[in-house]
Amino acid sequence: MRFLVRRLGFLLVALWAALTLNFFIPRLMPGNPAESMMARFRGHVNPAALHALEVAFGIGGHQSLVTAYFEYLGNTLRGNLGISTSYFPLSVTSVILKALPWSLGLVGLSTVVGFLIGTAVGAIAAWRRGGKMDSVLPPTFIVISAFPYFWVGLLAIWLFAVTLNWFPILGGYSETAVEQWSWPFAGDVLTHAILPAFTIVITSIGGWILTMRNNMITVVAEDYVKMARAKGLKNQRILWQYAGRNAMLPSLTGFAMSLGFVISGAILVEYVFNYPGLGFMLLQAVQTEDYPLMQALFLLITVAVLLAIFVSDIVTAILDPRTRVRA
Amino acid sequence: MSGPILQVRDLMVEYATPTGPAQAVHGVNLDLAQGEFLAIVGESGCGKSTLLFAIAQLLTYPASVVGGSITFNGVDLQSLKEEELRQYRWRDISVVMQSAMNALNPTLSVGAQLADACRAHTDWDDKRVAQRSEEVLSMVSIDKVHLKSYPFQLSGGMRQRAMIAMALLLEPKLVIMDEPTSALDVVAQRSLMRQVEALRKELGFSVLFVTHDMSVVSHFSDRLAVMYAGEVVELDTTREVFDHPQHPYSQGLMDAFPSLLGDARALTGIPGTPPALVNPPPGCLFAARCTHVMDVCRELRPELITKGTRAVRCHLVNPPERS
Amino acid sequence: MSRLRPLTRALLGAWRFLRRDKKALVGSIILLVLLVVATFPSWFAHDNPAAEIYTPGAGLSWHHLLGTTSFGQDVYSQLIYGARQSVFIALIVGAFCTVVSVAVGITAAYSGGLIDDTLSLVTDVVLVIPTFPLIIVITAYVKSASFWLLVAVLVFTGWSYGARQLRVQALSLRNRDYLLAARARGESSWYVITVELIPPMTSLIVANFLSAALYAVLAASALQFIGLGNINTESWGTMLYWAENNEALQTGLPLWALAPGLAIALLGSALALLNYAFDEVANPALRPVSVKKMKKRMRKLGASA
Repeated sequence: MRFLVRRLGFLLVALWAALTLNFFIPRLMPGNPAESMMARFRGHVNPAALHALEVAFGIGGHQSLVTAYFEYLGNTLRGNLGISTSYFPLSVTSVILKALPWSLGLVGLSTVVGFLIGTAVGAIAAWRRGGKMDSVLPPTFIVISAFPYFWVGLLAIWLFAVTLNWFPILGGYSETAVEQWSWPFAGDVLTHAILPAFTIVITSIGGWILTMRNNMITVVAEDYVKMARAKGLKNQRILWQYAGRNAMLPSLTGFAMSLGFVISGAILVEYVFNYPGLGFMLLQAVQTEDYPLMQALFLLITVAVLLAIFVSDIVTAILDPRTRVRA
Repeated sequence: MSGPILQVRDLMVEYATPTGPAQAVHGVNLDLAQGEFLAIVGESGCGKSTLLFAIAQLLTYPASVVGGSITFNGVDLQSLKEEELRQYRWRDISVVMQSAMNALNPTLSVGAQLADACRAHTDWDDKRVAQRSEEVLSMVSIDKVHLKSYPFQLSGGMRQRAMIAMALLLEPKLVIMDEPTSALDVVAQRSLMRQVEALRKELGFSVLFVTHDMSVVSHFSDRLAVMYAGEVVELDTTREVFDHPQHPYSQGLMDAFPSLLGDARALTGIPGTPPALVNPPPGCLFAARCTHVMDVCRELRPELITKGTRAVRCHLVNPPERS
Repeated sequence: MSRLRPLTRALLGAWRFLRRDKKALVGSIILLVLLVVATFPSWFAHDNPAAEIYTPGAGLSWHHLLGTTSFGQDVYSQLIYGARQSVFIALIVGAFCTVVSVAVGITAAYSGGLIDDTLSLVTDVVLVIPTFPLIIVITAYVKSASFWLLVAVLVFTGWSYGARQLRVQALSLRNRDYLLAARARGESSWYVITVELIPPMTSLIVANFLSAALYAVLAASALQFIGLGNINTESWGTMLYWAENNEALQTGLPLWALAPGLAIALLGSALALLNYAFDEVANPALRPVSVKKMKKRMRKLGASA
């Protein structure tokens, strides 16, 4: 468990770094972007909220940098993320909560599905070395994984939505639909989610497949796999319990690093499809210069990524007894 | 059961390399009787491990058996499909590898690895599996608490003994050992060998043992085969090979090991390196390093000729017929 | 003078490597073509890409190989002239990232102790923070990112992966005997690092350069696509921005959007293929295995036996 505690500590340091970046970036940028934003606020917002924004963006000049920094940290940890300018007078928190489930559903599910399928395919491809799968797979997926997410999204829109008209082009749900918990609405959401999900899975899966394949190749050459064959174990058991289990460990570590890539792709996919998730909201916030919302979304995305990394650490600890016992 | 338990005839194993196939094992003939301990000795790269894995049907690309036969209890192993082969794995033939650290799955407990061998071949229930696992561990003096341990938690010697215990789970007729003592210190080596010997006397299995260190097997093996560049060059009872080596390579090997009790003498090595296995030279493969080399050695590959218990592959010992 | 021979040896090695590995060959050719187009765009296109002088929304024709935009610009010339920004940003960011990764990774591995711990912590933290949202936030404040700001931001977010990889490899090399021998000889640390430590890591450094360049291509074009780059310059990403904002796909001008995307994909694929080829050099076990060839030979031998 010492391993998990260390990892948690590290992730908290990373979170702190993100918070600090958030604080200092607007103060380092040329011009004073925050001033224009504040001008829009003054007179419309209660003094406490105004003060929180001043602290976060370094306007007002009433405090030293250090005091402002700690106040900012305090505010953020207490959940006081400010007021959104584009959704005025809603608080940032309430605005974010509306978009959160959409992103969790689309991005969360697509990432997990892509990871699981990709890892499985990579394991099987490496298991059947020398097959057609092995010589065709790597180059194909190298190329596909180099495609920009948004281009694949555009292609998908053009092919399936505009030309073939199988799926709707944009949005999380039809304009005419009513947001409620009902089967028709769920169906509507699903049809709107298929193309974006497909885009995310297709573009990210190549990376998982290739990583797992490379790990498997190394693992399959190990003596304990040979030993498993010598023991006469069934192929299935060798593939998953001996080779796969060990090959997946570096994949899980790599999951953490590739997650950033997938998140960036997801943001673009949401943008291309106008899907009402956190990414789309972030880009809209940029266009409307809604800085409080923008910052909060950055923080939330960071927290989500760090959380996902922590989950993969837990899975690693479960699979690999060596991490559990050693420091 | 009369007759040899294992018969290898004319076995040829090749490795695919970018420059062409390398002949790692070239025409090896071996017989192994029930309960016999046969040691195969040779330097690194002579093909002894390849031979072992070929017999155990564990070769993978780029190595493959390209000729010859391997008969176990009258059954040609080469002709069996993987499903049929599995019936023999571990139940009749088990394997002990060189490095237990590498041969044991690092993410499964010792008990789990013992159990899956049992479950793959029997229909024992959990209790029986646990019982048998404890039995074999106690045979090698490992406490049953280690069933829950992971490989990295055991010492090197313990891991190696655990491997031997695992090899004996289903009371096989043949245990194939690939340099199981190389990773151990001298004391642990001896202790392991004595344990193997005691078990062999008690359970009656045959042993095929590969090593580059002859002194390890000198007191335990019944017969000793010397391999060089993929061929068996000498084969006889252990005592005979040690006391009266006939092939110049065997003589060189014996000379390289000083006796603890004998007179002090200068150590000699065998100068030179083994021949390339891709497109090997036509004559005797040892010709380039042999101190007794003759002209015919460079042109004609000597056959392995058996006289009594002794088989030697050398023109010096068995001069070729003048045509 | 003696430096020349290792250089020629390296070039010959590279040539043999390209001939052997089809992936590397394809990737290099594509990259070379794009490089030429980026450096000399006037050889390939005659129209001024920004000039809005043609019939807007025209289809394909000999005059307009890829049609025109809804502003009346020639798509093909935009594509050709746009190559410059996209290709150069990839190479420049790749180069800077590599320099930083090498500096951080090797210093961390070589120094050990507190310096290593600190540098590793910084590397891991930068690695873990989601870069794209960070880049968005940074460029959002500036509203329109200049070329060099883009480069700076991409380098700031892109160096950490390579630093981590290089540190691992440098660590494994650090204690090799030949390095210890060099230090015993009294050679300065600088010498040991540049002459003895870095050369064996060349293939990994090149692989890092390629993956940093790939990252730069995708990130830069993504930023331009959402309008955070300088939308008045010519690049593939900005083409996509204008196409998307004018609903190119829905108004029957798909090529306006698909062509620059394809170009980006092409550049990315070239870099990815080369990167993978270098990975295979470092780890030969990953190279494709030909079971067919092996089986054919075995059948031949079986027949002759």
